[in-house]
Amino acid sequence: MTIPSTQADVQALLNNMAAEIRLCLGDRQPLLIGIHTGGVWVAEQLAILLGTDFFDASLGTLNIAYYRDDFTRIGMHPQVSPSDLPFAVDDRHLLLVDDVLHSGRTIRAALNEIFDYGRPASVTLAVLVERNGRELPIQADIIGQSINLTKDQQIKLSNDDGLKLELKTMGATK
Amino acid sequence: MSSNQLTDSGQLRHFLTIEGLKQPLLTEIMDRAEQFSGITNRQVKKVPLLRGKTIFNLFFENSTRTRTTFELAAKRLSADVINLNINTSATSKGESLLDTLHNLEAMHSDMFVVRHSQSGAAEFIAQHVAPHVSVINAGDGCHAHPTQAMLDMFTIRRHKQHFPDLRVAIVGDILHSRVARSQIQALSTLGVGEIRVIGPKTILPADTQTLGVHVYHDMAAGLEGVDVVIMLRLQHERMQGALLPSAREYYDCFGLTDEKLKLAKPDAIVMHPGPINRGVEIASTVADGPQSVILEQVTHGIAIRMAVMSMTLGAQSEQQEVQA
Repeated sequence: MTIPSTQADVQALLNNMAAEIRLCLGDRQPLLIGIHTGGVWVAEQLAILLGTDFFDASLGTLNIAYYRDDFTRIGMHPQVSPSDLPFAVDDRHLLLVDDVLHSGRTIRAALNEIFDYGRPASVTLAVLVERNGRELPIQADIIGQSINLTKDQQIKLSNDDGLKLELKTMGATK
Repeated sequence: MSSNQLTDSGQLRHFLTIEGLKQPLLTEIMDRAEQFSGITNRQVKKVPLLRGKTIFNLFFENSTRTRTTFELAAKRLSADVINLNINTSATSKGESLLDTLHNLEAMHSDMFVVRHSQSGAAEFIAQHVAPHVSVINAGDGCHAHPTQAMLDMFTIRRHKQHFPDLRVAIVGDILHSRVARSQIQALSTLGVGEIRVIGPKTILPADTQTLGVHVYHDMAAGLEGVDVVIMLRLQHERMQGALLPSAREYYDCFGLTDEKLKLAKPDAIVMHPGPINRGVEIASTVADGPQSVILEQVTHGIAIRMAVMSMTLGAQSEQQEVQA
């Protein structure tokens, strides 16, 4: 399988996602939420592609560190910026964005956190990459690309002068 | 200095004293508190981080503010909290401190928050608890009150940002104040430019010079050009020891009035750990005035205590995973 990796590949995925989002949510004045850190990068690009009027407020960001399910096993995560939702979520249609959907645990945590802010009308999940390995019944609505990887493979989004995807094999030397 | 408040990897396992902690750790406590402080603005003012953890507030000495903010901090992190007022319970029936502790451990507690009139009580408890239990010092005798010092540092940072540029004056009963001791350690670890202590000779410790502070017995000279004024409560019981002539005379010499505050920088902030004695160490017009951040300190206490509770219990989890 070919993995979309270059900046141009990622941009093509983002363009397709933006078109699909316009179809799904165009008439719903949605609010945009990115999950730290990769999901925020993807959400920022989608916001640019969809234009300033598409979303009803500026980008919200979620740091799911306090909602993880592994605190009793590994303790505190390194610090990242705190969650910041600059809008009320009650009765609104939300577009939740992450970079890679894998186990589904991050999305579970993000949904729990969103509901501590209020009761949205709906949540639509958009991810740049969807891979196999789900551990929870969670699926994305809008997908840049689906990829099948082996257990020791990991796909990671980087952001140095533009978004790129990188395939890593755990345990392998660089 | 406490020998056992850090894990092998240098993380906070207990929080007993500021002494011996490095600057990056103090900064991490404040950074994490900053992240937790936003939770108050949500519809549901809590996160599930410490869900299923059991925290005992063991207050061998009275407290309202500290106990309440510890309780609120634990609840905002979804922990279960039990408040024990020990004066009215088992120890008055003759049970020893360690027996009380072991009974609470048998209830599967994860954390003890301890306030005690004896210096070293929290350290003693930390040495004797089961390995999975964290201990937080909520004030021991004249020794230390580290969460109070950190919420004070957090309040200063919110208003003043860069510690090395600051002149900070602490006014009052330094000798008997665990708050002052912890504040001085935190301020100097964070690299504050100049720390001044102001008070009558009878209630300044004899070894103040070794603390790395400048000592003033004259309020006017001491307040000149400072960025932060920290007032301490005058403990009435000190008066009985003939250390001070009268509350009235103390107020005249060391009470913070509007006139004396004018000697500090125009944008100086006024702090007080509470409870305040109006007309004894601080004038009402100053306590309620525009430069006072006294109530902000109370609010910040919740976020600081959330940070310390999550960091210590997080370090415990990590340590157990390594040993497993």
